[in-house]
Amino acid sequence: MENEKTTPVESLDTVTVMFAGDSGDGMQLTGTQFSNTTASLGNDLNTLPDYPAEIRAPIGTIYGVSGFQLKFSSTDIHTPGDSPDVLVAMNPAALKKYLPTIKKGAAIVVNTDSFKAKDLKLAVLDSNPLEDGSLNGYKVYEVPITTLTKEALKDCEISAKDVVRSKNFFALGMMYWMFSRPMEPTIKWLDQKFKNKPEIAKANKKALKAGYYYGDTTEIFTTRYEVQPAKLPAGTYRSISGNEATAIGFVAASVQSGHQLYLGSYPITPASDILHYLTKYKNFGVKTFQAEDEIAGIASAIGAAFGGSLAITTTSGPGLALKTEAAGLAVMTELPIVIVNVQRGGPSTGLPTKTEQADLLQAMYGRNGESPVAVLAASTPSDCFYMAMEASRIAMKFMVPVILLTDGYIANGTEPWRVPHESELPKFNHELETNPEGFQPYSRDENLSRPWATPGTPGLEHRIGGLEKANITGNVSYEPENHDLMCKIRQEKIEKIALDISDVVVDGEEEGELLVVGWGGTSGTLTEAVTRARQDGFKVSRIHLKYINPFPKNLGDVLSKFDKILVPEINLGQLSKILRSTYIVDTIQFNKMRGLPFKINDVKEKIEEILGGSND
Amino acid sequence: MTNKINVNEMKLTPKDFKSDQDVRWCPGCGDYSILAQVQRVFPTLGIEKENFVWVSGIGCSSRFPYYMDTYGFHSIHGRAPAIATGLKIAHPELSVWVATGDGDLMSIGGNHFIHACRKNIDMKMLLFNNEIYGLTKGQYSPTSERGKITKSSPYGSIDYPFNPTSLALGSNATFVARAMDRDPKHLQKMIERAGKHKGMAFLEIYQNCVIFNDKAFDELTEKETKAETTIYLEHDKPMIFGKERDKGIILEGFEPKVVSLKDGKYTEDDIIKHNETDESPVRAFILSHMTDDPNLPTPFGVFRQVLKETYNEALENQITTVTEKLGKGDLESLLFSGNTWEVKG
Repeated sequence: MENEKTTPVESLDTVTVMFAGDSGDGMQLTGTQFSNTTASLGNDLNTLPDYPAEIRAPIGTIYGVSGFQLKFSSTDIHTPGDSPDVLVAMNPAALKKYLPTIKKGAAIVVNTDSFKAKDLKLAVLDSNPLEDGSLNGYKVYEVPITTLTKEALKDCEISAKDVVRSKNFFALGMMYWMFSRPMEPTIKWLDQKFKNKPEIAKANKKALKAGYYYGDTTEIFTTRYEVQPAKLPAGTYRSISGNEATAIGFVAASVQSGHQLYLGSYPITPASDILHYLTKYKNFGVKTFQAEDEIAGIASAIGAAFGGSLAITTTSGPGLALKTEAAGLAVMTELPIVIVNVQRGGPSTGLPTKTEQADLLQAMYGRNGESPVAVLAASTPSDCFYMAMEASRIAMKFMVPVILLTDGYIANGTEPWRVPHESELPKFNHELETNPEGFQPYSRDENLSRPWATPGTPGLEHRIGGLEKANITGNVSYEPENHDLMCKIRQEKIEKIALDISDVVVDGEEEGELLVVGWGGTSGTLTEAVTRARQDGFKVSRIHLKYINPFPKNLGDVLSKFDKILVPEINLGQLSKILRSTYIVDTIQFNKMRGLPFKINDVKEKIEEILGGSND
Repeated sequence: MTNKINVNEMKLTPKDFKSDQDVRWCPGCGDYSILAQVQRVFPTLGIEKENFVWVSGIGCSSRFPYYMDTYGFHSIHGRAPAIATGLKIAHPELSVWVATGDGDLMSIGGNHFIHACRKNIDMKMLLFNNEIYGLTKGQYSPTSERGKITKSSPYGSIDYPFNPTSLALGSNATFVARAMDRDPKHLQKMIERAGKHKGMAFLEIYQNCVIFNDKAFDELTEKETKAETTIYLEHDKPMIFGKERDKGIILEGFEPKVVSLKDGKYTEDDIIKHNETDESPVRAFILSHMTDDPNLPTPFGVFRQVLKETYNEALENQITTVTEKLGKGDLESLLFSGNTWEVKG
């Protein structure tokens, strides 16, 4: 498309945009479209959907506001950004909610059609922010988006309601113009999505183009921006969310191990998407069972594992609590299952759609008896793919349950992922036992792993269960010495995993004054915070833990080389507690539980505070 | 529709199903009879030994798998149906059996029970109903009669009991039957029929607990009374009972009623003919409630058996259909699906 170049184009390295409106305004869709188009231009990007737990909260209220933040860049980035440079606010409630989060002087695009007295009242505003001076200092673009959309679609043969619903595409069109993005990917997507409703596709395309041309022809926007493609390693990329990566990772684990994939799961936010994805992959032989409750989700997975499947169950915090007893059964029967916990804000129902890291201790210790399990944590959306494979590999090799922790932020957030070829992926298998000669259900290999003998195999008939088992024979045993031995074997099995995983790698100097230790979904924030602190001259190193039980075998050494250890976590200090008790080291905690990722600056300030506020 | 079970010529005997573990139920426990009848029936089912699996929960009855030389899984309280469900889905050629008790299945495992029935998961479920908690030493159970005095109900329990066959019928189990430990021949027949049923087979077995609830079923099992207190359901046969076989059941509206065949007022033609395969579960439901009425005999036998696609068949069919449509899954294409773009070095 030819630009008339009447508007100056400013080149930027990084932009953060927030699309915000009512839940019914289609902001998640708008944000996703903008992300996909932006990704296809080769920008690095990171997204953060922020939506309410209520499916349809009262229209126009603060509770009903749904936001989608994304940051895109010409350089390598790791987070969805602290403060947006641009806010698109479809109503006063959205403006009110996100105004405090955006940069001073940011651009704000508002839909003036929804700033009537009634709208202001729903947002609990005493005066109109467009008139009362509260937007002084911002670049405010007032656009009657609803009116313009109606006008553009006046010839479309769709209902008045559908016309109004198309207004998000008008807004998207304006943003495409503002940031020099092409409309084609979205047009293609609309044609595909609404192939059975061509009128809707047509209306949305019209609205999109109307928005774009509005930007192009009116003089209202003073600047256009351009963000050059990032210099990412060569390869084929796709945009991926953590939940999709998790699902595909398990399919890959199934293919690479030759074990059928079984998922037993009960719907729960924010983990349900993994079930949605996996249930589609029936042609991979994936069997999904939507269970009657969380307990049946894991119990059925244990049954499937007994039957020789790569068996998993997916859930979020409260669901993990319900699965506790059955997880202990998997420990006792030494069956390989993977439990995925997409962590959300707790306790209890807590903040279902928000992120947190507060289930670490639950994953580590939340069972009766001495009941060790392997605990892994994915660090970014695409890392979920590799960690799902790794969790499967460990479960089957060591015949242990593995808990894989992700969180609402990386589960729903997306990033570009350089897609690996099947041939680059590891193959792994724990062969099923078939030889009846000398078979003992609890005999041990070099990893202390017991044979995986499955029903249907002639001559290996045996019984397992939750009662303590005699080592080797697997018969029920109440012998004091045997129980002591078995408790220790189960623990040692987990410890042996440390010999099978990679050492932790220090980012920065290998010794010094300060080491930042993170785990799980905070990887992006901590990487940027440390990078920026270094840019300001501070000497700080960083490690990120993806294996928590067991820890990488060199972790103790790494920690011992630093004077101070800062452990930022979105909880009250759970990893800190484990590090302190495991290595007898002191840690400095940094804890914030806002249901959101850390702000990069908050962490950076903490680093500077520890290092004396000076960069000498 | 047939079971996906290999029907090979095999010479298995009851001994082949006896494990090397000492049986540790109390002397005189009704569980011994159930174990013996299962071991007698299993060799006759035409299923290879390695394809039998017993799954149990917690309770006296749940020790059952240890005594069977088959694959077995003694799991946790109430969860046997869920574990069996996963196993059967993963491995549909297995013959999956659940041994459970009235506490295990009707209380803590109630949710798994009704959903396994509703989904018609292809498993065989034997409920050892002794109307008491035995392993925890004598508390009233969800099937104990109201007013029962136990350790946890010293002034009499104020709970209304579940009627397990009603619950199974209400949950749409496709095979619902009842037997008792002291009638081994009939029990064998019911185990055999459950074993041959395709779909969720629920068999309630009245089982005497000699320690905590002895003689709970005496009226139904003792020579002097049983002919008058029990009635055996047989498909397509009139519901007649009594020592002299001189009594029958008629339906007055929805109410079953005992009538005499001796006084000439009623003949055999007036008596309900039992129809196991009735499409509607209503009649079976009425029969299942005869147990609760002291004026009516307690029915034994098959209340209902209907055939419909099992969960396992439906899932396998769906996998086949989707695979035919989309082709066998290819990991490389899955990895590179969605919107991809190239970054050049």
